[in-house]
Amino acid sequence: MTTAQKPTGAVGKPLDRVDGKTKTTGAAEFAAEHTYPGLAHAALVHATISRGRITALHTDDASAVPGVITVLTHRNAPPLEPVPKTSPLDLSSMVSGTSVDYLQTDEVYWDGQPIAVVVAENAAAANQAAALVRAEYAPSEAAVDFTGAEANARPQPSSPIMPAGAKKGDAEEALAAAPVALDLRFTTPPHNHNALEPHATVAVWDGDRLTVHEPTQAIDWFRAHLAARFGLPADDVRVLSPFVGGGFGGKGAVWPGTILTALAARATGRPVRLALSREGVYRTVGGRTPSIQRVAVGASHDGKLTALVHTSVTRTGRVGGFPEPVTTQSQHLYAAENILLEQKLVRLDLLPNIPMRAPGEAIGTFALECAIDELAYELDIDPIELRLRNEPEANPLDGKEFSLRTLAESYRQGAARFGWHERTPEPRSMRDGRWLVGMGAASAYHPAGYFTADITVRLSADGTVLVRCGFQEIGTGGATAQAQIAADALSVPFQAVHVEYGDSALPKGPFAGGSMQTATVAASLLEACKKLKRSLRTMARRTGGDSHEEVLRRANVPHIEAKVGSSTQLGRKSDQARFMLRLARDRRRWVRASTGAHFCQVRVDPDTGEVRVTRWTGVFSIGTVVNPKSAVSQLRGGIVMGLGMALSEETLVDPRTGRIMNPSLSEYHIPVHADVPPIDVSFLGTPDPTMPGGILGAGELGITGVAAAVANAVHHATGKRVRDLPISVDKLL
Amino acid sequence: MEISLRINGSAETLEVQPQVSLLDALRDQLGLTGTKKGCDQGACGACTVLSDGARITSCLALAVQYEGHEITTIEGVDHPLQEALVRADGLQCGYCTPGQICSAIGMLAEHKEGMASAVTEDDEVDELDEEEIRERMSGNLCRCGAYNGIVEAIKEVAG
Ligand code: FES
Ligand code: FES
Repeated sequence: MTTAQKPTGAVGKPLDRVDGKTKTTGAAEFAAEHTYPGLAHAALVHATISRGRITALHTDDASAVPGVITVLTHRNAPPLEPVPKTSPLDLSSMVSGTSVDYLQTDEVYWDGQPIAVVVAENAAAANQAAALVRAEYAPSEAAVDFTGAEANARPQPSSPIMPAGAKKGDAEEALAAAPVALDLRFTTPPHNHNALEPHATVAVWDGDRLTVHEPTQAIDWFRAHLAARFGLPADDVRVLSPFVGGGFGGKGAVWPGTILTALAARATGRPVRLALSREGVYRTVGGRTPSIQRVAVGASHDGKLTALVHTSVTRTGRVGGFPEPVTTQSQHLYAAENILLEQKLVRLDLLPNIPMRAPGEAIGTFALECAIDELAYELDIDPIELRLRNEPEANPLDGKEFSLRTLAESYRQGAARFGWHERTPEPRSMRDGRWLVGMGAASAYHPAGYFTADITVRLSADGTVLVRCGFQEIGTGGATAQAQIAADALSVPFQAVHVEYGDSALPKGPFAGGSMQTATVAASLLEACKKLKRSLRTMARRTGGDSHEEVLRRANVPHIEAKVGSSTQLGRKSDQARFMLRLARDRRRWVRASTGAHFCQVRVDPDTGEVRVTRWTGVFSIGTVVNPKSAVSQLRGGIVMGLGMALSEETLVDPRTGRIMNPSLSEYHIPVHADVPPIDVSFLGTPDPTMPGGILGAGELGITGVAAAVANAVHHATGKRVRDLPISVDKLL
Repeated sequence: MEISLRINGSAETLEVQPQVSLLDALRDQLGLTGTKKGCDQGACGACTVLSDGARITSCLALAVQYEGHEITTIEGVDHPLQEALVRADGLQCGYCTPGQICSAIGMLAEHKEGMASAVTEDDEVDELDEEEIRERMSGNLCRCGAYNGIVEAIKEVAG
């Protein structure tokens, strides 16, 4: 029967996203828009010291505001279970944004920490009352100044999965002996994700069962965490997240708003909504760590790298945070004879940091790829030629095999598309009228892998296919891509496939992070489709019939279903163990990554220092391109965020008080329409032979290398090296 | 205070406090949640709606000022731009999308009326090229970075 059907060839087609119409008509219902009879509204009160104790909380004025139901503080809030200990055997244990037991003690750990929650009949009353709560504190000494703490940096904790450094030969010695050498310092500021949809939670209790509507990148981990904090079996918690208004990592952890909304709902016996203000997001949701980096490179006169040193200092919070893997790309990009990589950490009394789009590589590639460009100028070699001369055959550190390495081809194709040959190398040598023109290039690099996911696939006698998996649609076009994969795997038309996602009641989906969701879901989907076809073949031997529909009709069954994954406790544990084993095995065998080459043209106003990005070309390798339309969007989105990082984005933390000084979209500048030129994106398209469906990640690759390409172009235009992001006008004058 | 206005073609009477924004009135009182809140301070454009055909950021508009006006929200929009956006993939998460659409419709009308922008040379308003579109749409942020697709879709429907 299957032979009679041609594959539909949906994979690789630039199909429109399936939820497009819902989103262009206003029908998409985001979390903050869910309503329940008797819905109450919450607002947070934030601490105004970085560390210490609350000695008094005056809530009378707040309670007197008409419509206020209650003011919850550490004196009257219902109990919470402590944050579960993190364990590498349970990835959901890493989902807590902080280790703080909100409203359980009088302790304050960061400026902005919620110290009270007002619940009222309407949002206006809640906000008004929250502003009237007054706190008195006994502050204790706090460390909040990142730059000042550099000297106290300690090595990051290291694990086989997240090594905090690496070494080959003696890089410092080789550096000292190198005929040409550079030793450079770079800094990057803190950033905030600024997903356009602010975090919001609607929580409702039905007896001891909890339902939470919240935009999240980690439905299953949210459920596990909420169950642990409220002492419930996981099955009694439901998390719904059908639409996520942007995540970028900021919605990948449980932050105080979520816990406190569920707590407020429990305390009042009412459904409660907390829709954070933009400032509320800055105060309670961590952002990207700042970094101080050293990149030192040594080379022979013909441009062979003899030494590469890359070290970093980043921060976490005293109550949590993510040690950023800043030097990852430096393990893999260049065939240096000697390599030294080191990641250090300081712990500060600030809101803990969290991954933001390409944690590690977004900022690590800035330093590395600028340093390579500087070296090219030292050596008087074209920066792309220098990269090609140092392109490794195998992983430079240990000779491990690359599963797919096409970086040189990206540079060749990109240079042709962009017109790199028109570039005259001399800085300040190109002009357009009064504008200085510059061109720069840089490599993009992001590691690849995949998690586990449970899934069911049902094929019905009417020819339709239903795929069910609780993954997250955060804008990547995930449902569309999976429908394309299912269509091809089952030889049915794309339109016949429907994908359900965004709900913890569905089979357990993966975390939408690390650019791993598409490959992860595809792995289980392909396996389930294989099982399904096997049952169908068995059935067809009995019934005959030359189509799926025909076989099912003749067998007189309405549908058949295949599943991957187990929902039992034991099944989940063994899934997890299998995942860790596979991860360890794969890492021993291959280095897997998506890669690419960026080309940027800028023009700089010689009088004002204003930088405009006028042209962009990127050629990327993301393995199989499931949907070229949404894949281009993913890459462009990363590049746009990278433009912000290059030129304007910076979260300003007061080094004396630890308070974020620009918690708004009017003072933290993300790129707008006028900042973004047409971005030419293309793909090499070679499948990765070691990944499910040949798919590598696309969501984070785009941002890596962008700031370096801009900085290199700015240098070419102006002759100035800016090694401290963002490249603001003051640094060019 | 009681106010009367027309919303998406039908007459509505609302009881609002004088400090309530049009955005909150739409979302909370009328259940028209297609209009989004991204900043509540005029910085992102997610809350853009049309008032008598002109684009406004509804978070900075007091509901009481719109007595007697005709308000159009995304729920009341039926425009070729909506399909063009899907074709050009001018959206990802979709949170900025209603604002982009209302803003673009208002922008196209401004252009038709001969309104110049900061990049219009010598105030000679002619063709709506990419640079003009980008300049005129810069009040609408998209953190997903779908800008290229949005511009392409607007160019297509601008003709
Ligand atoms: S919500 Fe009105 S401009 Fe951002
Ligand atoms: S599509 Fe997500 S903010 Fe524009």
